[in-house]
Amino acid sequence: MSANPNQTKNNKLVLKLAAIVIGMFGFGFALVPLYDVLCDALGINGKPSDTASVYEAVEIDESRLITVDFITRTNTGMPWEFRSETRQVKVHPGQLNQVNFYVKNPAKTAIVGQAVPSISPGPAALYMNKTECFCFEQQTLKAGEELLMPMQFYVDPQLPEDITYFTLQYTLYNVTSNVTASADVVAMN
Amino acid sequence: MTTTTDDTQHDSHADDHHEHHIPYGITRWLYTTNHKDIGTLYLWFAFIMFLIGGAMAMVIRAELFQPGLQIVEPHFFNQMTTVHGLIMVFGAVMPAFTGLANWLIPMMIGAPDMALPRMNNWSFWILPFAFLILLSSLFLEGGGPAFGWTFYAPLSTTYSADSTALFVFAVHIMGASSIMGAINVIVTIFNMRAPGMTWMKMPLFVWTWLITAFLLIAVMPVLAGAVTMVLTDKFFGTSFFDAAGGGDPVMFQHIFWFFGHPEVYIMILPAFGIISAIIPTFARKRLFGYASMVYATASIALLSFIVWAHHMFTTGMPVAAELFFMFATMLISVPTGVKIFNWVATMWRGSMTFEVPMLFAIAFIVLFTIGGLSGLMLAIVPVDFQYHDTYFVVAHFHYVLVTGAIFSIMAAVYYWLPKWTGKMFHIGLAKWHFWCSLISVNVLFFPMHFVGLAGMPRRIPDYALQFADFNKWISIGGFAFGLSQLIFLVLLIKACKKQGEPVSAQVWEGAEGLEWEIPSPAPYHTFETPPVVK
Repeated sequence: MSANPNQTKNNKLVLKLAAIVIGMFGFGFALVPLYDVLCDALGINGKPSDTASVYEAVEIDESRLITVDFITRTNTGMPWEFRSETRQVKVHPGQLNQVNFYVKNPAKTAIVGQAVPSISPGPAALYMNKTECFCFEQQTLKAGEELLMPMQFYVDPQLPEDITYFTLQYTLYNVTSNVTASADVVAMN
Repeated sequence: MTTTTDDTQHDSHADDHHEHHIPYGITRWLYTTNHKDIGTLYLWFAFIMFLIGGAMAMVIRAELFQPGLQIVEPHFFNQMTTVHGLIMVFGAVMPAFTGLANWLIPMMIGAPDMALPRMNNWSFWILPFAFLILLSSLFLEGGGPAFGWTFYAPLSTTYSADSTALFVFAVHIMGASSIMGAINVIVTIFNMRAPGMTWMKMPLFVWTWLITAFLLIAVMPVLAGAVTMVLTDKFFGTSFFDAAGGGDPVMFQHIFWFFGHPEVYIMILPAFGIISAIIPTFARKRLFGYASMVYATASIALLSFIVWAHHMFTTGMPVAAELFFMFATMLISVPTGVKIFNWVATMWRGSMTFEVPMLFAIAFIVLFTIGGLSGLMLAIVPVDFQYHDTYFVVAHFHYVLVTGAIFSIMAAVYYWLPKWTGKMFHIGLAKWHFWCSLISVNVLFFPMHFVGLAGMPRRIPDYALQFADFNKWISIGGFAFGLSQLIFLVLLIKACKKQGEPVSAQVWEGAEGLEWEIPSPAPYHTFETPPVVK
């Protein structure tokens, strides 16, 4: 076998193919950020930005009135009561608004919650700018504690003409088990 | 005198000295680096897996024989559908094709063996362990994988049993095996062709396998990535697919189907190569449109990377994306149509005879086309909204995988078995196997179209009363198809015991190619000096 004239040729080709294999394994993981970048760029996932935007020098477009609905739900395993104080607002693009969300932890232990927003129709997500939102961080509620959580937003005046109505839905997840290591939850329990 | 003769013979055959030392016993199979031995191992392994996966299908059909829950628990039913799918895809169809590749590619291109014989041994021998791990997980507390062979998150993360870790490990091993097998095929075809065996002289089975091997090394690593993400999401607190942690469960489907769609072509392209070998032999004409077959195969492979989201039309994609994936999917029917046309044109005015491999090949063409047509229907977005996750989908992919991939494998076994054993198989049993399989497989899968269109969901152990009659017939077809495979088992055992009439080197009157120029049975070592290719 050592006299095989193909040996070096084979080894070279194997190395090249192995490089493709490793590259494609990496590509599988690269799909994760790629997916988010594409969804952000094209606004196709209904995922609004998860960082606060700054409200300055925004022109208010008085000629249009956009209807925004708020829906709240809790995921399986999340016992909190969760609702928005306002079900629906009509806003001018560019106008700053505030909506409060009420949560109560009826359970006998402290629970950590994380709200995840989703906008429908998806393309509107690109134009939903939040200057303040409880969904940017996790909330920890002691047993029986209740809380009013503010959310401030404005609709970007660049919003396409054909969108006059969109819905913002918050889903509240119980993430206690993911953060049980954190000292304050342990302390509260 | 005798001694002298022996010596002379030994000298003149110095190169062939292996011939006199075919290893024997269990170690022959454990340590073998011979492509024919490894091919045989792969084929038997695939057949055993086919019977195990088939037994699981029998459990599924027994439960669905009548509405209501009577035989198994829903959770066990889910494990059966899941493991049936995993075994048939990764344990039966893929290893069977790899086995055929091992047996045939070196003989077809005039090479003495595969390029990397030791890796070949490894890629086979890790497979039984993968499936041992997968199957043993069924007996653990909480059961085995029950989330469908597609292991969608969060079913496989939040809601799965702890045995998911074993599932992930098993898939990693299967993937490693496939990747090593694919690398071996590519290196063999690139570097070991006999002088004169130019690219466009290669038999189509070699061409289709070369393209399949490239698909394998491109997408199996993505599958490995996907199962790794499931593993870390479930056990190590990452949030690739968990919305609460900023991930996205829909992204799982994108990553999975980026692997999954090329995967379904991995399971059908070698079949195209097999049919392209068998049809010309029994039509006694050259294959019509050889070059167009090669280009069509390559186009199908390339297109397979841009159609994955047609599995996800109902996830709420933008209309523009749905249209793109719909048209891209429909585009695939063009090169596939070219192939069907070429096979029919090869048979046109040929001197056809209907030996058993030809029967399976013709059944393949007709039934695969039915599966292709229902695939085209599923590609239409508004229609898919109705068909999605119904038995119509089950009917579709069983037509392309059972009467497509598996019928082609059976055709291949019947076609090349006399070359492997040197004896003609039992033709009477083979015909019984064919006709029983052909009739029962249609009783089994054809009514699934109707119950699917009427709205019966897949992967559910119970159903509404109006589906009862059809399901009874589907189950009867299923049991009959299962039993028919036992005829095949008996035939294969007889063949391996070398029973039957001896055959000539060419075996079939119209057969052409290097593998038909070596004696039957094919000697343990072939083409140690490269043949001359005209």
